[in-house]
Amino acid sequence: MNKVSKDNFTQEKYKYGFVTEIESEKIPKGLNEEVIRLISKKKNEPEWMLDWRLSAFKRLENMSVPKWAKAEIDEIDFQDLYYYSSPKDFKEKPKSLDAVDPKLLETYEKLGIPLKEQKVLAGVAVDAVFDSVSVATTFKEKLNEIGVIFCPISEAIQKHPELVKKYIGSVIPVTDHFYATLNSAVFSDGSFVYIPKGVKCPMELSTYFRINASETGQFERTLIIADEGSYVSYLEGCTAPMRDENQLHAANVELVALDDAEIKYSTVQNWYPGDENGKGGIYNFVTKRGLCKGKNSKISWTQIETGSAITWKYPSCILRGDNSTGEFYSVAITNNYQQADTGTKMIHLGKNTKSRIISKGISAGKSSNTYRGLVSFHKKAKNAKNFTQCDSLLVGSECKANTIPLTENSSNSSSIEHEATTSKISDEQLFYCMQRGLDEEEAQSLIVNGFCKEVLQKLPMEFAVEAQKLVSISLEGSVG
Amino acid sequence: MLEIKNLNVTVEEKQILKNLNLNIGKGEVHAIMGPNGSGKSTIAHTLAGKPSYNVESGEVNLNGKDLLSKDPYERSLNGLFLAFQYPIELPGVTNASYLKQIVNAHRKSRKETPIDAGEFLKILKEKSKLLDIPMDMHSRFVNAGFSGGEKKKNEVLQMDLLNPSLIIMDETDSGLDVDALKTTAEAINKLRNDERSFIIITHYLRLLEYIEPDYVHVFQNGSVIETGDKTLASRIDQEGYS
Repeated sequence: MNKVSKDNFTQEKYKYGFVTEIESEKIPKGLNEEVIRLISKKKNEPEWMLDWRLSAFKRLENMSVPKWAKAEIDEIDFQDLYYYSSPKDFKEKPKSLDAVDPKLLETYEKLGIPLKEQKVLAGVAVDAVFDSVSVATTFKEKLNEIGVIFCPISEAIQKHPELVKKYIGSVIPVTDHFYATLNSAVFSDGSFVYIPKGVKCPMELSTYFRINASETGQFERTLIIADEGSYVSYLEGCTAPMRDENQLHAANVELVALDDAEIKYSTVQNWYPGDENGKGGIYNFVTKRGLCKGKNSKISWTQIETGSAITWKYPSCILRGDNSTGEFYSVAITNNYQQADTGTKMIHLGKNTKSRIISKGISAGKSSNTYRGLVSFHKKAKNAKNFTQCDSLLVGSECKANTIPLTENSSNSSSIEHEATTSKISDEQLFYCMQRGLDEEEAQSLIVNGFCKEVLQKLPMEFAVEAQKLVSISLEGSVG
Repeated sequence: MLEIKNLNVTVEEKQILKNLNLNIGKGEVHAIMGPNGSGKSTIAHTLAGKPSYNVESGEVNLNGKDLLSKDPYERSLNGLFLAFQYPIELPGVTNASYLKQIVNAHRKSRKETPIDAGEFLKILKEKSKLLDIPMDMHSRFVNAGFSGGEKKKNEVLQMDLLNPSLIIMDETDSGLDVDALKTTAEAINKLRNDERSFIIITHYLRLLEYIEPDYVHVFQNGSVIETGDKTLASRIDQEGYS
């Protein structure tokens, strides 16, 4: 059935798989003190930052790769990777966009992220990270006028050391686990955001991560601080070229919300997933954690995970402030041989803390999709509440879906509600839509988008339509 | 416009339609009546191309073109509309966006540009009014939590939006109260014209009292055992099938 439409689809599959032909400058392969010193030097870092990296590296020597994820991971040779790659002669980030290599601007244009001021999406400021460096940041000055700091973290380390020093590693300790510690030792670039007291950031802030160089890992680090009574909505997107090798992406993202502050963090993850036989693709091992430090603070994670050969991430919230709220909205789609093990941790420490988890897992092809979550109520978390809903949708009969929700309860006045469903797209639904003129792919994408709707509508409006398309494209070729 | 010749259909290896022959001319309304299990719904699903209905032999032409080799969506794009006895729920998909998408699928097949949002809303308002459908129904999810009447009206609305040349109604009267039946039937009557043909599958006379058929066929054991005009429907209503 429908051969024509299926062929049409395969051709437009993963349209971000191109490589930008640009000369790059790399620090030689290998993970050692010398490489870390070189990275720090490239970034012109102060002594304290280098010391911090080196302390992480010291810890790393006694740590090993975690093995508990429900994923089959080829062993990674950490000595056989490049840890730093930047466009050649990229000494310092260009002061204006006119000075940025046209090839780079063209790359982002092709990815649908125009950086030139006259073309940029109104209301969205972008930090563009290419391999290990940030190549451009838009609307920086405009944001500066209201006191919002939005810049590459390497710049923040130099210009706002007091903020970075205070908060880096305060949510994800240097010693957290292997990949987080690795990131702390070798991180290259990522974004830094500070929203001052009482400011509602008037624009969406976003970072677009692009891996271009081969045999190179990307280790970005993002730190967002929302001061008392402030609000910010931040979005990250990611893509990479199609290659037969697996590439490692190990990021750390830390969020801190002070009293009455709110951070909304959205991810549209579209790293190269590998081909239909499971060859190549990104290993996406990411640590994301938010600290609701102040009372009445709120952190909300929304993620659309469609790419990567293996996704392994648990954006979490530590609800320390009384009356604080944590949210996790997730759509994870796996097709072909992709493996996703993703979920969240909600750690309730303060009184009257609330959390809400909505997870939608969609598996197709021969893929495996696991929700893994932990909801934990500590003794002092009086009247804490959690609601969890995990829905899985299976497309075809060769894929796997697992739900592993864990709870720990040391508080006797708290409540946990959990709902879980597993369903298949029914033939009746497909036939109904087809009877009205939709071909099988269109019908399937309509039904799947309906299944994810609750999560998709949490995305900033500018990106919701794009995300819907991505959901459809990710399932191409899965119709039987 | 529709010719069915010696059609044999099995479902799960059981023969349901046996050497069925039926001709339907342009603008004609044909009613198919028959007891449960006589194959009435099978003919509807077979014509629409439902996957589990296997055509063993026979031929069906719609507007001079072979129908059976086409995928279900192509049959729809070629003007065949099946109003479901039990319309299917699509959770998370709002009715308005669904309706717009099916309208656009038909426009695309005619090489027309997608409909403008304002224009679509205007048409939707107009056609919903005809069926007594409140506009807020369109912000709900397709058929999810709809009453029996709302579901059937939503089917007729889609019929109206897609402008088909052959409409097959599978027990559209079931689950409708008297008022809803009347509104629905009136809306269907407005869709009648010289170019459009109908197959109305029903157990009862009551729908046929509102929509007058040109022909009535009685089905038994997978084929037509008797054909007549609308008086046949009244006779069956009084005397039963035996």
